[in-house]
Amino acid sequence: MDLDALLLSRLQFAFTLAFHIIFPSFTIGLASFLAVLEGAWLFTRREAFKTLYMFWLKIFALSFGMGVVSGVVMSYQFGSNWSVFSRVASPVIGPLLAFEVMTAFFMEASFLGVMLFGWKKVGPGLHFAATCIVAVGTLVSAFWIISANSWMQHPVGYAVLPNGRLTAVDWVKVVFSPTFPERMVHMVLAAYLTTALVVGAASAWILLKDPRQPESRIALRMAIGMFAVVAPIQVLVGDASGKEVLKVQPVKLAAIESFWETRSHQPLHLVAWPDRAIEGNRWEISIPDVGSFITAGRSDAVVMGLKDVAPRDRPPVFLVFWAFRVMAGLGVAMAGLGVWGAWLWWRGGPERSKLYLRAAVAMGPAGFVAVIAGWIVAEVGRQPWVVTGVLRTADAVSPVGAGQVSASLLGFIVVYAIVFSGGALFILRLMAKGPAAAAEPPPGGEPERAPGSPLAAGVAGDAS
Amino acid sequence: MSLDLPLIWVGLIAVAVLMYVLLDGFDLGVGILFPFARSPADRDVMMDAIAPYWDGNETWLVLGGGGLLAAFPLAYSILMPAFYLPVILMLLALILRGVAFEFRLHGRRRGKALWTAAFAGGSLVAALAQGLVLGGFIQGVAVRDLAFAGQPFDWLSPYSLLTAAGVVAGYALLGSTWLVGKTTDALSGDARRWAWIAAAATALLLAAVSLATLFAHPDIAARWGLGGGGVEGGRLLARLPIPALGALGLAITAAGLRRGRHFAPFIGAALVFLSGYLGLAVSFFPNVVPYGVGFRAAANDDSALGFMLVGAAIMLPVILGYTGYVFWLFRGKVAAGAGYH
Repeated sequence: MDLDALLLSRLQFAFTLAFHIIFPSFTIGLASFLAVLEGAWLFTRREAFKTLYMFWLKIFALSFGMGVVSGVVMSYQFGSNWSVFSRVASPVIGPLLAFEVMTAFFMEASFLGVMLFGWKKVGPGLHFAATCIVAVGTLVSAFWIISANSWMQHPVGYAVLPNGRLTAVDWVKVVFSPTFPERMVHMVLAAYLTTALVVGAASAWILLKDPRQPESRIALRMAIGMFAVVAPIQVLVGDASGKEVLKVQPVKLAAIESFWETRSHQPLHLVAWPDRAIEGNRWEISIPDVGSFITAGRSDAVVMGLKDVAPRDRPPVFLVFWAFRVMAGLGVAMAGLGVWGAWLWWRGGPERSKLYLRAAVAMGPAGFVAVIAGWIVAEVGRQPWVVTGVLRTADAVSPVGAGQVSASLLGFIVVYAIVFSGGALFILRLMAKGPAAAAEPPPGGEPERAPGSPLAAGVAGDAS
Repeated sequence: MSLDLPLIWVGLIAVAVLMYVLLDGFDLGVGILFPFARSPADRDVMMDAIAPYWDGNETWLVLGGGGLLAAFPLAYSILMPAFYLPVILMLLALILRGVAFEFRLHGRRRGKALWTAAFAGGSLVAALAQGLVLGGFIQGVAVRDLAFAGQPFDWLSPYSLLTAAGVVAGYALLGSTWLVGKTTDALSGDARRWAWIAAAATALLLAAVSLATLFAHPDIAARWGLGGGGVEGGRLLARLPIPALGALGLAITAAGLRRGRHFAPFIGAALVFLSGYLGLAVSFFPNVVPYGVGFRAAANDDSALGFMLVGAAIMLPVILGYTGYVFWLFRGKVAAGAGYH
C-alpha cells in the first residue's frame, strides 16, 4: 500500500465525515425542537407554535435530506477505503452499525414521510407521534454511532483470535464502553446547542428588521433558554469527558494540553505552538500548576506527557491542541450568550438590544464549528490508531491505488460543494423570509393546493 | 447454539438487497423517466408519487451495505475495493438525486432546472453504476490472501455494460408501472406507453444478459445443466421455473397494461425482478464473492451474528410493519399538492 493512497483516504474520510456531521448535529436538535413545538401547539393551540413548526419543518427537510445521503456514503466508505479495518474490527463494530440501521434509520426515514406528507392523511395526534418517532430515531442513531466510536477510542470486552481478528466476548461492555456515557451526553447536548444557536440566529435576524415579529420573539426566547441552561451543563460534561480521557487515553489528553514531559504541577497552556520536531512548544502562554489541576483535579497530580510514548505513537499535537481550544472557547462563548440573553430577558426583552441580536446572529454557525472541532479532537487525538492499541490507521486502509482515491476525493469535493451551496442557499433564503411566510396552515379545511406546493408554484414550473 | 447463523444471515442480506432493488428500483426508475415527461407539472406529480417513500427505500441499501459489513465482513472488505469506482459513482449520483427531492421545490428558474437535471441524471447514473457492479460481480472478483487483488477497471467489460443497460431498463419498467398505479389523466397514459417500451427493452436485455451470463463463467453454465458442452436435462429442467417466472411477470405486466389495470403491471414487473434475482442466486450460491469465497468462509463469528439476530428478529418485523403502514397511508393515486410546502 503506497503512502499517498493512505493520506488521500484519510483526507477523504475526514472531508466526508466533517461534511456529514454538520447535518446530524443540526437535525438531532431540530427534530426534538419540532417535537416540542408541535406538542406545545397541540397543548396550547396557539397558532404561533404551528407557524414555527411549519417554518422549521422546511429547514429540517432540507437538512435531513443532506444528512441521509452523506450518511449513506459513510456506510460504504468503511469498505471502499478501510477494508482491513472492516475485516478485522467488524466482529465487534459491525453489529453496532447494523443495529443503528435496524433501530434508527428505517424509523426516521419512514416517519419522515408521514411528517412531511402526512398532514392530510393522519390526525394531529398521529402526526405528533410521527414527529416524536423521528426525534427519538435521531437520538437512537447517535447512540449507536457514539457507542461504536467510543469502543474504537478505548476498546474493551473483546479478545484477539489467533488469526488476528477480533471477537466480542461481552456485548454489554462493548456497547457501553468507558468513554461512552459522557461522550453520548456531550454529543447530544452539542447537537441541541447547535440547533439552538441556529434558531437563535435566524430569529435574531428577523427581529433586527422587525422587533415585534411574534414567532421570532418566542423562538429567540426558547433559544436563550437552551444557551443559558445547556451551555453551562455542556461545559461540565465536557470536563467529565476530559477526566475520562485522562484515565483511558492519556496520550490524547497530553496532545490536547500539549504536555510533553510527565510531571506534577503541569502548567495550563492557554495558547502555544506545539511542534513534534522539537518535542516541545515553540512558544507558549501558560498559567503554572493549573494544567494538572484542570485535568486531574489536583495541582500536585502527575500527568503524563507525550515524551512517555515513542514518536510513532503520538498524535498530531498542533491540530488536536488548537481544535480543542476552538471548541472550548466557543463553548464558553455560548454560555456567555446564554447569561447575557437571560439577563436581557429579565430586564424587558432581548429584542431591545441590537447588539445582542447581532451577537446571536454572529454565533449562528458556532455550534457547527465547535462540533467539527470536537470531532477533530476525538479522531485526530486517537491517531496513529484507528482502534486504540489494536489497529493502526496505516494498516487499516484498502488495497486501492492513489489514482482511484484522488478521483473519488475530487468527486466528493465537487459534488459536496454543489450540494452544500444549494442547501445553504435555500436554507438561508427561507431564514431571510422568516416564519411569517410559513403562516398558512396546510391541514384540514385548507385549499387542496397549499400555497407554495409544487403544483401551485406553476410560475416556477416552466423553467424545467 | 444450534441455529445455522451464517445461513440465516445470507438469507436476510439477500432479502434486504431484493427489497432494495424492488423499492429503490421504482423511485430510481421514475428519475430515469423524468426527461420524457411532457411538462414540469407532470414532473412535479412524478416526484410526489415517490417522495414519501424514497428515503425508506434507500435505507435498504444501507442495510445491505451495513449488513454485509456486519454479517460477512470478508465479502464486504473484498467487494468494496473491487468495485471502488462504480460504488463511489453510485454514491455521488445518489447524493445529487436524493437532495433534489427538496432542492427542486426551493429552486427558482435556473435552480429548479438544475435540480431537475440532477434528479434525472443522478437516477440514471446510480442505476448504471449498480448494473456495472452487478456485471463485474458475475464475471468474478480476483482474490488473494483474503483481499481484492485485481485491477481498478476489472468490472468494466462489454458484459457489464450489457447488465448496466439491463438494470436501467428494469428500473424504468418498475418506475413506469409504479406511475401507472399512482397517476391519472394524460400522465398515466404516458406512463403506460413508457411501461410498454420498458417492458420490451427489459425482456430483450434480460434474455441477452441471461444468455451472456452462461458464458461469463464456466461454473454458471454447469449450474444450469449446460456445462462441458452437454446438456444435463434433469438439472436444466429443475431450473426452468425461474425463467418461467420472469415470463409470467412480463405477461402479467402486458395484460395489466392492455386492460388498463392500475397495479397489476407493477406486480408483474416485480416478478420479473424476482426471477432475475433467483436466477442469480442459483448461479452463485453458496459463493458471496464469485468465484471461490463461500458465505461460511466470509461470515462473521457466531457471537456477532447471534447478537445481531436477536435485534433483527425483533426489529425486522417492526420495520416491515411500519414500512407497510406508510405505503398503505399513501395508497391510491397521488393527490395534487400532496406536499407540505
